[in-house]
Amino acid sequence: MSARPILSVEGLSKQFVLRSEGFGVPPRTVQAVSNVSLDLGEGHTLGIVGESGCGKSTTARLLMGLIRPDAGSIRLDGREIDRSARGLTEFRRYVQMVFQDSSASLNPRLTIEASVMFGPMVHGVARPAARAIAHRLLDRVGLEPMRFAGRYPHELSGGQRQRVNIARALALEPRIVIFDEAVSALDKSIEAQVLNLLLDLKADLKLSYIFISHDLNVVRYISDDVLVMYLGEVVEYGPAASIYARPTHPYTRALLASMPSLDPDRRTTAPPITGDPPSPIEPPPGCRFHTRCALADEVCRSAKPASSSCGAQHFVSCHMLDPRSGHRQAGQP
Amino acid sequence: MTLAFDPPVARASLGYWAGVSRRLRRDTVSMVCLVVLLLIIAAAICAPLIAPYDPSVGSVVRRLRPVGTPGHLLGTDDLGRDMLTRLLYGARLSLIMGIVPVCIALVIGGSLGMLAGFVGGRVNTVVMRTADVFFAFPSVLLAIAIAGILGAGVVNSIVALTIVLIPPLVRVSESATAQVSALDFVEAARASGARDTTILRVHVLSNILGPVLVYTTSLFSVAVILASGLSFIGLGAKPPTPEWGLMLNNLRNAIYSQPLVAALPGVLIFVVSLSFNLLADGLRSAMDVR
Amino acid sequence: MVRYILKRLILSVPIALAVSVLCFVLVQLAPGDPLSLVLPADATQAMIDQTKQRYGLDKPLPLQYLYWLGNILTGDFGTSISTGRPVLSEIGIAISYSLALAGLASLFGLVLGITFGFVAGYRIGTPTDKIVSAIAISGVSVPHYWLGMVLVIIFSVNLNAFPAMGAAPGAHPGWLEQLRYMMLPALTLAAMPMGIVTRSVRALVAETLGMDYVTALVARGATPFDIFLHIAKNAAPTALAVIGVQMGYLMAGSILVETVFSWPGTGLMLNGAILQRDIPLLQGTILVLALFFVVLNLIVDIVQPLLDPRIKRT
Repeated sequence: MSARPILSVEGLSKQFVLRSEGFGVPPRTVQAVSNVSLDLGEGHTLGIVGESGCGKSTTARLLMGLIRPDAGSIRLDGREIDRSARGLTEFRRYVQMVFQDSSASLNPRLTIEASVMFGPMVHGVARPAARAIAHRLLDRVGLEPMRFAGRYPHELSGGQRQRVNIARALALEPRIVIFDEAVSALDKSIEAQVLNLLLDLKADLKLSYIFISHDLNVVRYISDDVLVMYLGEVVEYGPAASIYARPTHPYTRALLASMPSLDPDRRTTAPPITGDPPSPIEPPPGCRFHTRCALADEVCRSAKPASSSCGAQHFVSCHMLDPRSGHRQAGQP
Repeated sequence: MTLAFDPPVARASLGYWAGVSRRLRRDTVSMVCLVVLLLIIAAAICAPLIAPYDPSVGSVVRRLRPVGTPGHLLGTDDLGRDMLTRLLYGARLSLIMGIVPVCIALVIGGSLGMLAGFVGGRVNTVVMRTADVFFAFPSVLLAIAIAGILGAGVVNSIVALTIVLIPPLVRVSESATAQVSALDFVEAARASGARDTTILRVHVLSNILGPVLVYTTSLFSVAVILASGLSFIGLGAKPPTPEWGLMLNNLRNAIYSQPLVAALPGVLIFVVSLSFNLLADGLRSAMDVR
Repeated sequence: MVRYILKRLILSVPIALAVSVLCFVLVQLAPGDPLSLVLPADATQAMIDQTKQRYGLDKPLPLQYLYWLGNILTGDFGTSISTGRPVLSEIGIAISYSLALAGLASLFGLVLGITFGFVAGYRIGTPTDKIVSAIAISGVSVPHYWLGMVLVIIFSVNLNAFPAMGAAPGAHPGWLEQLRYMMLPALTLAAMPMGIVTRSVRALVAETLGMDYVTALVARGATPFDIFLHIAKNAAPTALAVIGVQMGYLMAGSILVETVFSWPGTGLMLNGAILQRDIPLLQGTILVLALFFVVLNLIVDIVQPLLDPRIKRT
């Protein structure tokens, strides 16, 4: 995080109100994202990891300005984003997104060329110029325009469709691209090709990435910084090297433990987590992870842990890190 | 086991609609229906050129001649008017009264449904609950009730049918729009800064057109039967205007003397309605392949 | 389950109310002054005002609606202009005829539709299937008022097998005699539900036959009859639901068929009311038929999940 932050987020929160179960019954809410703060350094990649339902995708949509946060601020180049229609249109030029489902994210009725051209044309680029942009980008992501430009999404493989989605995201010349599980659905060999393409593109086009995935190996390969989320909250945040070398939060350690590794030295001793995460509707009080944490103590059930530092730029929200928290293993995680 | 090779040269892919039209053209039943419908429409337009007689002039001495009478190929009606002529002219009003309400309802119901499905929330609730109320009435009853209260006449019949046809079109277009709007490419389009109207035009419309079109085609069948039905009970066209439903009613007493002649106008209503229904089936299966 | 039924019941109240509003508004669309039917042409202004006051016509529309609704709820549907008798009793007589006809037509439609559907579903793609499907789509596309005429030409005029017009005469006709009179209109009305039931049962049978578990049943040595029973159990709720909704359409759609056959049901009465501009009778009949349709839909919604646990109760 030594680089100048291009995107700074502070205290971002979003809750969804569910439909009332009946007359007079107060509607329940889902705390999808609560109090998330992060910095994306210029030219860096920030990986966001967590199990499904932990608020990763909501965070992505908040960062895109696709949904309005309940609280918190998002600053691009130090300037708070303008939420007027014009301001959002301007903002969206700079931040683009690639979705998980390569086929649902392409209009089946448009040729891939037309899909890539759509963004520039929305921003006033004339059709011939937009077509030139599309062809150049298709070529750049490894799809020969001569062969592919006139095809429809169903005629392409998943990997090829995801390349189209990348080209589409790049068509507006963004500075930040968010990948929401963008390679998760691909075969391993295709995944590696696409990841390498992403690294090349980042260097060539001076991009910054936010890379959301449940696959810790992929995140480690591509990220400079990593943010670990659990039930809508940040549990650990820091440089990738530091987090993978010294995972501190019990949840992070459990996640890494469940990650298959061929290297015997890297086999962690922490017990893997069992069961499914609790429902984000009415999450557990105190530390949200306490229901599945092997080290949970009295204090974890009642009080929310504060964020404490455990190394350079490395932050953890766990009572064990805070000597005064009252946790029996406090100060010796 | 098939081996697929990418052709080495640039090729333009077959678009969705080109594919649909190619599959439809290979379907004999659909093509026959389409030709039949086009012939009937052409005959209706050219009625003054091809009809052998004046549709409103009859002769008392030539009443109720059978099919095959020289000079009156399809016989004559109860007032001695040439049946072929009246059937040709009758196609005009019968088709207009059936097709126009569907077209108006498609524009109004289709846009309302798109709006409700795309915007969601309160707009959706208001539009869909209103449609539900109309659904509480069986369509025939509602059409007859409205036409009956407004009074007999071609325009009133068209108004009544339009009102009846709007709610089902709202429902079909709303559910198709809601399904499409939930897909990522709509979100991606929004993320690229496109306005809602642009998204609706480029991304939503192209994807809901198929199911809405199939449904509309089958509605033509319903509307043609209903329109002639209104005339049949005296709520639509008025004598001496030639209209199939009205002609059928006028010839009700002729079933004892000239059953074949009496049944003729109904045969045409049946053929038109059946053709639209079969065409809708053909369209549906031509679109089913992704 | 009880919760679901209660919820569905409560939900149908606003629908029924909205239906009544629509019926009320519909009549307001009628061109001409409603008083012209009651008052002589040379009525004085005082007479007009007095009559207006008597019928509550001097009040604003929402208030008029409430009065009207109050009367309906106490069973007062007004008086028929053409016969001078209470609308409710007129409707009561007519609806019994229509119900009998719609009931018989539903039975025909159900039996024919299920038979055809099974035959076609078991032989999908064969000429038999094509013929049955052609019959089904013809049933959906045929103008029933014309089909009625054709049946009369064949069975009354040529074969002299069934009467062409009206209900059985006499104060207490035998039910067999009554059935003879109902035969042709019921067959005419059955065409549409026959077509719809055939199409849905055909699709369901074909789909079930292609399922893995049916293959597994065969592998375990189930006889064709076991399989048939199995499919029949799956198809029954669908067929019943289709026919339930169709019965409502039959009650209302019978207006044209009842006119063709002069069957003294609600349809014929509605037709007469329209021709004579008997607005109270018209309004009452429409309201009763629409409410009948609402209740029928309610019954289908409640009964269907009871028969078919796969349908989610939401």
